[in-house]
Amino acid sequence: MAKVKLYEIAHSRSGDKGEITNLSLIPYEDKDYGLLKEQVTEEAVKAHFGKIVTGKVVRYELEILKAFNFVLYGTRPGGVAAALDFDAHGKSLSWALLEMEIEQA
Amino acid sequence: MQTIRIGCGAGYAGDRIDSAVDLARYGKLHYLVLECLAERTIALAHLNRKRDAGLGYGQFLEERMTALLPLCKEKGFKIITNLGAANPLAALEKTVEIAEKTGATPLRVAAVLGSDVLEKLPGIDCRIWETGASLSDLQHKAISADAYLGVEEILPALQAGADVIITGRVADPSLFLAPMVYEFSWPLDDWLHLGKGTVLAHLLECASQVSGGYFADPGLKDVPDLANVGFPLAEVEETGDGIITKVDGTGGIVSTLTCKEQLLYEIYDPSCYLTPDVTADFSKVIFKEAAKNRVKVTGGSGSERPPTLKATIGVYDGYLGEAMVSYAGHNAVERAKLARQILEARYARLCLDLKESKFELAGINALHGHIGGQSRLVPYEVILRAAVKSEKIADAQKAVQEVENLWLNGPGGPGGIRKAVNLVLAAYSTTIPRNEIEPQIIFREVI
Repeated sequence: MAKVKLYEIAHSRSGDKGEITNLSLIPYEDKDYGLLKEQVTEEAVKAHFGKIVTGKVVRYELEILKAFNFVLYGTRPGGVAAALDFDAHGKSLSWALLEMEIEQA
Repeated sequence: MQTIRIGCGAGYAGDRIDSAVDLARYGKLHYLVLECLAERTIALAHLNRKRDAGLGYGQFLEERMTALLPLCKEKGFKIITNLGAANPLAALEKTVEIAEKTGATPLRVAAVLGSDVLEKLPGIDCRIWETGASLSDLQHKAISADAYLGVEEILPALQAGADVIITGRVADPSLFLAPMVYEFSWPLDDWLHLGKGTVLAHLLECASQVSGGYFADPGLKDVPDLANVGFPLAEVEETGDGIITKVDGTGGIVSTLTCKEQLLYEIYDPSCYLTPDVTADFSKVIFKEAAKNRVKVTGGSGSERPPTLKATIGVYDGYLGEAMVSYAGHNAVERAKLARQILEARYARLCLDLKESKFELAGINALHGHIGGQSRLVPYEVILRAAVKSEKIADAQKAVQEVENLWLNGPGGPGGIRKAVNLVLAAYSTTIPRNEIEPQIIFREVI
């Protein structure tokens, strides 16, 4: 089993809504959708982000578009206007997701 | 088949103006939308309005209108914008003044009022989404409250033939959906068409984010000529489907990849995207590359609009002190860590009244914390950033002054110290009953 980083097979964009961050995850090739669906689960993403995500992680599957939307709760205490983080928007967090490693069959 | 061309000339308050001018000049537009308002932007605008009743409209309104009003007349498109921010009426008067000055006449300008609901708060019992607390707990700290108006409130201005429509807080997609509803005479309960139109609106609302901005990753996702990135436009069909594209000769890229990223930008459940106009369903959208930089969008839908309106409440939340100091060369990381220890000891010694403090090492853990740990090398240079929050401006100032004091009193070789203290305006969300708003439209004729 070869390991791959998500950035090798997928791309992502992050958006913020106060203390909630959403991250899309989109395979470059549709054929990798199933692999991502199997391994990039809500639990795996929650574990990957560790203490950056204090709440739950919810995954939405877009079968037709071949993409996922992850909603991460409790990422930025106070939201963009009040968080102390340098990246108060969490706009860099898409690249944190892409650091995740999965096994390629 | 009739299509209407709607362009996006700004995706946030400070967006590029020259790109909007290119789009206005060469886009063969029927409508140009300028989306210039975020949660924090409007709270700041309310503070400006409190200082001066003639202010409180969006930053760069003068620059945008001066550049675009003459083109609006020359090319015959209409402008729809939320640049009214906290004071659409003052924005209206300023726009009239600019139309006269630039000779962009005759011009009918409309201001859509009614989004400011601060005075209504005491009579509304709602929950704050973020904290679960009752609205009444926040009211004494609230400096602004703005309801998100929708197509219904903009439509009368279009029906009255306004060339320029200036709103306060409006849901971003509604700025784009309103001209579709008007041109195609979609009933306001035609959820399928409103849903489809909202898909296109959502794709456009952040300007270049669908045409190559916020996307590039050299070697993996290359984007040509970002310095000249073309702002997007949609060719909307009566069916509610359409094409996302940009002006030929501009930089950037419109592809199924850029469209997928933007469709899923800042949303929760893709099958349930709430606006004042409709509950839009993005989950079955299909993108197809029709030609280079032309993506056909189909498959959107919608169902009944939510019964209530979202409102954003701006709240004073103390002061943010922020300061940075850099170290380079041998032991740079260790010297930065020592600097942090010194700061923590000083904050304790001075008994600073800080609600929160945070230290980050840019180059190590400022953005992603622990993630990516194994692949991390020891950087040659690092920046230590200290951020604190305090109810007292003096304590926030003392905290950043301590970073400046590292010039003489800290580890060797500090470089490039910067510091700032800013007022914190937190934004909270709630829902309010639709009957709490009293929309009103004011017209001015410039002859």
